[in-house]
Amino acid sequence: MNELILGLAAGTGLGFLLQRGRVLRFEKQIGALLLRDMTILKFMLSAIIVGMLGLAIAHDVGLISFNHKTMNLGAILTGGALFGIGWAVCGYCPGTAVGALGEGRWHAAFVILGMLVGALLYVEAQPWLERTLLTWHDYGKISLPRAINSPDAPVIAGFTGIALLLFWLFERKGL
Amino acid sequence: MNDSGSERRDGWNPYLAGVLAGVLAVCSAVATAQLTDKARFFGTSTTFVHVTTFLMRQMSRMQPGHRISFAQDQRIADWQFMLVVGILCGALLGALSDGSFKSEGVPPIWSTRFGGSWRVRAVGGFVGGIVAMFGARLAGGCPSGHGLSGLMQLSLSGFVALALFFGVGWITARLLYRGGAR
Repeated sequence: MNELILGLAAGTGLGFLLQRGRVLRFEKQIGALLLRDMTILKFMLSAIIVGMLGLAIAHDVGLISFNHKTMNLGAILTGGALFGIGWAVCGYCPGTAVGALGEGRWHAAFVILGMLVGALLYVEAQPWLERTLLTWHDYGKISLPRAINSPDAPVIAGFTGIALLLFWLFERKGL
Repeated sequence: MNDSGSERRDGWNPYLAGVLAGVLAVCSAVATAQLTDKARFFGTSTTFVHVTTFLMRQMSRMQPGHRISFAQDQRIADWQFMLVVGILCGALLGALSDGSFKSEGVPPIWSTRFGGSWRVRAVGGFVGGIVAMFGARLAGGCPSGHGLSGLMQLSLSGFVALALFFGVGWITARLLYRGGAR
């Protein structure tokens, strides 16, 4: 029961913040992909910097354990590219499509329907994909620092530095 | 509903909203780790698989001749399902409480480029949604699962996936909108 209440609470908070940050708008999503309006990158990168630091601390003091998604080369490269194409066409990612519907943008309902069909197609295609595409190299569930043989701190610091540089650039260019 | 489509510069500062979302992600991970069996991280696309297989199972039960090879009976309402329901509720709450709720069938950028028909937009949204979700499931996550949660945990897959989402999305958007629709 805890599980469901915690999920609903976190989701409500996240939906509210996405809405207030204006991240749920079609204009903002396509605006970011056309490099005209970086609202969603400002939101995402800010969330990631704080989350990286917070989760690293929570992990180091033993409060949580990480759950990396596997770095399967064929899956990530093909899936990532397909997602990019679909995202630019429909204008939403799964979470923002649901949120956009909550904001009254009812065209997002067709995006959600398409996503349900896409999920079904993937389930149907999975056995075949497992015999083909997914047999490419699999690096396993590893972190970037482990992959490049570095401690976590420099990666967090480097990422934060790059993000802050981007923020400075966005503000300078008025994006 | 008091502003018709023009650029509203209200809302919160996106940096502030993002920082709060980051705090929320950390609190949520710690709370779920302490109060449930494991730490849970933001993600939404798995829920689409659960919902769609649930619906197919219901339909296949109604037609005894039809057999679908979906595995074990997972229950539909889990932590992530409730997260997705919450996003809908939170967005509705946010939109209603600051007057930015707006019934919209065709977004402005789309209508400048592809016309004002809601049917055309519906087809575009539907087809794009299919491709996006197939890709997200293949990659093992979407911008929330791979992008937010993956990068927060410094996952190698998160960095590569997010770069591809944006890189290929940027190329596709440029081709689709060809610098038009200002």
